[in-house]
Amino acid sequence: MATAKDRAQAKAGSGLNDDIGEQKRLELYRTQVVIREAEQRAYDLFLQNLVKGTSHLSLGQEAVAAGFAGAMKPGDLSFCTYRGHAHTLARGVPVEKVLGELMQRDNGLMRGKGGSMHLTSVDHGVMGSYAIIGAHLPIACGAAWRAQYKGDKDVSVCFFGDGTTNIGAFHEALNFAAVWKLPVIFVCENNLYMEYTPISDVTAVPQPAADRASAYGLERILIDGNDADVVYRAAQNAFERARAGEGPSLIECLTYRYSGHSRADPAKYRPEGELDRWKLRDPIKIYRERLLQFGVAEKVITDIDAQVRKIVDDATEACKAAPPPPLDIIATDVYADGGWAWRN
Amino acid sequence: MAELTYRDAVIRGIAQEMSRDPDVVFLGEDVAKAGGVFKATVGLYEQFGPLRVRDTPISEQAILGAAMGAAMTGLKPIAEIMFSDFFAVCFDYIANEFPKSRYMSNGQVKCPLVVRTGNGAGSRFGAQHSQSVENWCMMIPGLKVVAPSSPRDVIGLLAASVRDPDPVIFLEHKSLYPTKGEVPDGEIVDTLGTAKVLRSGKDATICALALMVPRSLEAAEKLKTQHGIDCEVVDVRSLVPLDTQTILGSVGKTHRLFTVEENPRLCGWGAEIVSIVADEAFYDLDGPPVRITTPHIPLPAADILEDIVLPTPDRIAETVRRNLQS
Repeated sequence: MATAKDRAQAKAGSGLNDDIGEQKRLELYRTQVVIREAEQRAYDLFLQNLVKGTSHLSLGQEAVAAGFAGAMKPGDLSFCTYRGHAHTLARGVPVEKVLGELMQRDNGLMRGKGGSMHLTSVDHGVMGSYAIIGAHLPIACGAAWRAQYKGDKDVSVCFFGDGTTNIGAFHEALNFAAVWKLPVIFVCENNLYMEYTPISDVTAVPQPAADRASAYGLERILIDGNDADVVYRAAQNAFERARAGEGPSLIECLTYRYSGHSRADPAKYRPEGELDRWKLRDPIKIYRERLLQFGVAEKVITDIDAQVRKIVDDATEACKAAPPPPLDIIATDVYADGGWAWRN
Repeated sequence: MAELTYRDAVIRGIAQEMSRDPDVVFLGEDVAKAGGVFKATVGLYEQFGPLRVRDTPISEQAILGAAMGAAMTGLKPIAEIMFSDFFAVCFDYIANEFPKSRYMSNGQVKCPLVVRTGNGAGSRFGAQHSQSVENWCMMIPGLKVVAPSSPRDVIGLLAASVRDPDPVIFLEHKSLYPTKGEVPDGEIVDTLGTAKVLRSGKDATICALALMVPRSLEAAEKLKTQHGIDCEVVDVRSLVPLDTQTILGSVGKTHRLFTVEENPRLCGWGAEIVSIVADEAFYDLDGPPVRITTPHIPLPAADILEDIVLPTPDRIAETVRRNLQS
């Protein structure tokens, strides 16, 4: 464990600020490792044809999910896109539930009725993963409106990619949230590519989210999305502002996805060397170094790695052994009465 | 008992529910301070205040998305989309978000909201402000779809919609706003999924919705007085859930079926009713079921043109007479 002297040295040596504290840092590290291991496993299971349908991985983007989840309180709400595994795991949803849904088993988070793109766990504050670009920004506004109306202190956080900044719902939601001063945080994960096309090829401004903030009277916030400390601090500021009734924030996080857009995409459109350059700034690598700088023993870090690996291994085996969903759930929960009856 | 316009019934219906439940909130374009472009929300802002009755920007996606987020987390929002034609710019919420969230989440997510909208023709507004879009909504599993024809039903069905745990599309007919009807005093709460037999008859069943209901009643009166044909008129009221029992019961009695639809021809709700009757009551029928609809065209603006394309009492009566007497 880090001593006061270690901390002082680390601070002096790197210019780093020790405002976050060891306990929170270990949590942020662990969350990133959970996401990395679970996403890598999802990819491996896809190669074995055990993950069906599609899947959109967040390998390389772990720091954004970890940093925001680390700053959330119980009751805060997450709204995710189809690239939502990371944000779901970051809120503490068990790996088995997520992998089970990807593998379309009965032990999945929604018993196979939603699939990879719609991970939802209301008990964990994960209010859904939305597969229509931009749809969930207005929905997050609505949840924030409820908090404002009822005097609840929770904040709604809406995660989306760079491509979302060019769809109408983005602009409707930003204006709406600003005018109503809603406690909502919009988080753009700019990983440079929409699906296959670079965001810069199709966007009028260099920073697709940050450069639009002024249009809605918001501060321009552009951060390093690969450093969980940076993300965590930006998140804390935004939560503080939201809980104080000062309205929404729009935060653009610069990051990079290691895999293609979806499982069908080998990402051949990327210039040579780009992936390698980003891997030099791998969020987990950065964070391991950070922990060591602050004097965390290597053993503590490798223990976390081993624990997480075991959780993911156990979850994988449990999912492989789990049955497919029973056929009798096909027509349940279409309506609130539990069924699907549209006539008498 | 008081005589009330359909427009004032909307105001009374919303006020009844907002008075009952502080979680009922209302948002839309021009609905608060202006009282609505159809003046169907006048006084609500003054009565319930700026936190519960809120003007929005012209952002239909934001309106419906915000309603959904509020509904998912505990409120009971009523959202207004000024003209039902505008569903096309926020159809993601109607088609993909409201109706699928409960199913996709395996029952975790709830979406108890009402979308009120001005539907239908007769105002000479042309093809983008006059459509009857009930069939756009009826085809989506997970939605409920309601269209009242009288002031009393506006209040009762609106109350039922607000209290319903599912997303409800509530289609108010623009041409009915100034029409009047008797409305009992006190709270009115109706039941979704119930059709109403408004006129009893033995020779033919006419199923109608919204503005086509008074036109069908007028046609039935003509048929009786001029031709001695005795029609039963069923106000379908709710497309989802659909009260097939009332419709099948009526066809079992009259042995003939006519549907009167304002929507364009293809995939109108009448086709679904005809299909159900053909499946389940074929041998009750003494003749082919007949659909009376607006032709499959965009709606023209000029009064003389619009009047011709919508089913009129004369066209309804003539179609029924010709089919029964041939």
